[in-house]
Amino acid sequence: MKTWVDVLCIHYKNGHVKPLQILWNDNRRYTIDRITQVMPAASLKSGGIGLRYTCEIHSQIRHLYLEEGKWFVE
Amino acid sequence: MERVILHCDLNGFYASVEELYHPEYRGQPLVVAGEVELRHGIVLAKNQLAKQYDIQTGETIWQAKQKCPTLVVLPPNHSRYLTFSKRVHQIFLDYTDRMEPFGIDEAWLDVTESIHLFGDGKEIADQIRERIKQELGITASVGVSYNKAFAKLGSDYRKPDATTVISRENKVEIVDPLPVEDLLFVGRATKKRLHDFGIWTIGELASQSLPFLKQILGKQGEVLWKFANGLDESKVQHFQYQQPVKSIGNSTTPPKDIEDVQQAQIVLSVLADSVACRLREQHLVCQKISLYVRDVELHSFVRQCVLKHATQSADDLWKQAMRLLKQNVCFDVPLRSVGIRAMDLKKENIPQQLSFFSDEQMDEKNLQLEKTVDAIRKRFGFYSVRRGLMLLDPTLSEFEPKQD
Repeated sequence: MKTWVDVLCIHYKNGHVKPLQILWNDNRRYTIDRITQVMPAASLKSGGIGLRYTCEIHSQIRHLYLEEGKWFVE
Repeated sequence: MERVILHCDLNGFYASVEELYHPEYRGQPLVVAGEVELRHGIVLAKNQLAKQYDIQTGETIWQAKQKCPTLVVLPPNHSRYLTFSKRVHQIFLDYTDRMEPFGIDEAWLDVTESIHLFGDGKEIADQIRERIKQELGITASVGVSYNKAFAKLGSDYRKPDATTVISRENKVEIVDPLPVEDLLFVGRATKKRLHDFGIWTIGELASQSLPFLKQILGKQGEVLWKFANGLDESKVQHFQYQQPVKSIGNSTTPPKDIEDVQQAQIVLSVLADSVACRLREQHLVCQKISLYVRDVELHSFVRQCVLKHATQSADDLWKQAMRLLKQNVCFDVPLRSVGIRAMDLKKENIPQQLSFFSDEQMDEKNLQLEKTVDAIRKRFGFYSVRRGLMLLDPTLSEFEPKQD
């Protein structure tokens, strides 16, 4: 399922964006411990394309997508 | 050095994009089709499963549903397809700047200068396919060859998601047995002409003598002979190259049939407005105009005429279109769609022969008026200024050809 989420990010001087926390819809916050890969990719599960951040959250791997300025998780 | 040309074709483009955005329909036969209420209800694209039911692009939704009752029909989303097309072009541009789009979902790439960076033609083709699949979630088939015509044959040869290499060595096995209509620029009429002379395959076409083909097909005979023999030397254009505009036209299928001259007048007036506005935007004038007509029995024809003065005025285009219509249509059968095309285009500032019998001042005034209307519409929207005629039948006049 495609779930749009609020994301707390840091925007670097060079234009790069690094997501720091995912603010889940029930107000829970998930801190992203590590980003292991960033690449353009399609999400076949949720249906969409964008910049895919492979994130490690509490030792779990999750894909966070930036699609046309909005964030979603698979 | 032998050229390495790729032709890349996105498989069932619209349908693949929709399939990506609607995971719930994945694995079901699916087509993208226009709106039935607006009488645009024909199949624009189909996925692989719909293909298995022998659903054809261009057939109506009800015909397609007869073949497959469980068919999923989705409306088109053109802005999304354009975004995807641009992204695919970005991928191509990582490999070469010689990239010539052919419609929204096809392109030729000349990668001759890139093979020392990325590997041979097949490797580049496979990389591109993989990236399109990974980054955009859709598939492409790619043809690799030493000329554009064979590269195109290659991309059609195996679908979906495949690379086909056509070299000088395997040309005889792959290209020669293919039906002649698979070749670029062989349409319905040329195919029939070739069949009449017993030419059914590309191999048979290639083995004909050049003077004979010129005799039966004219200039096009030489082009096709070169294509069939792998002698096509046309270049793949630079990605920023823009072909000079040859004609500007608009056509429409209104929500209801056009039953008399007055109704035709309304629709043609909107079309003439749009064509003239586009001419003015590009600082062009036209010397010829053609009228396209299709009736409800789907018979269509085109009539054209040369104008005494080159023009960019909607009024002139409209009057000429009406003249052509009155000369050629008697409304025995209502019309389903009409179109206007401005041809033989020239720069607007070329000197023109004046006439004793025309009122140049009035023409100039009219043109200024139309330019003012353009400016108003640009600022306040298309529907801010309209002809009174439009109010006679809003169902026929409520469309904006320039946007559509």
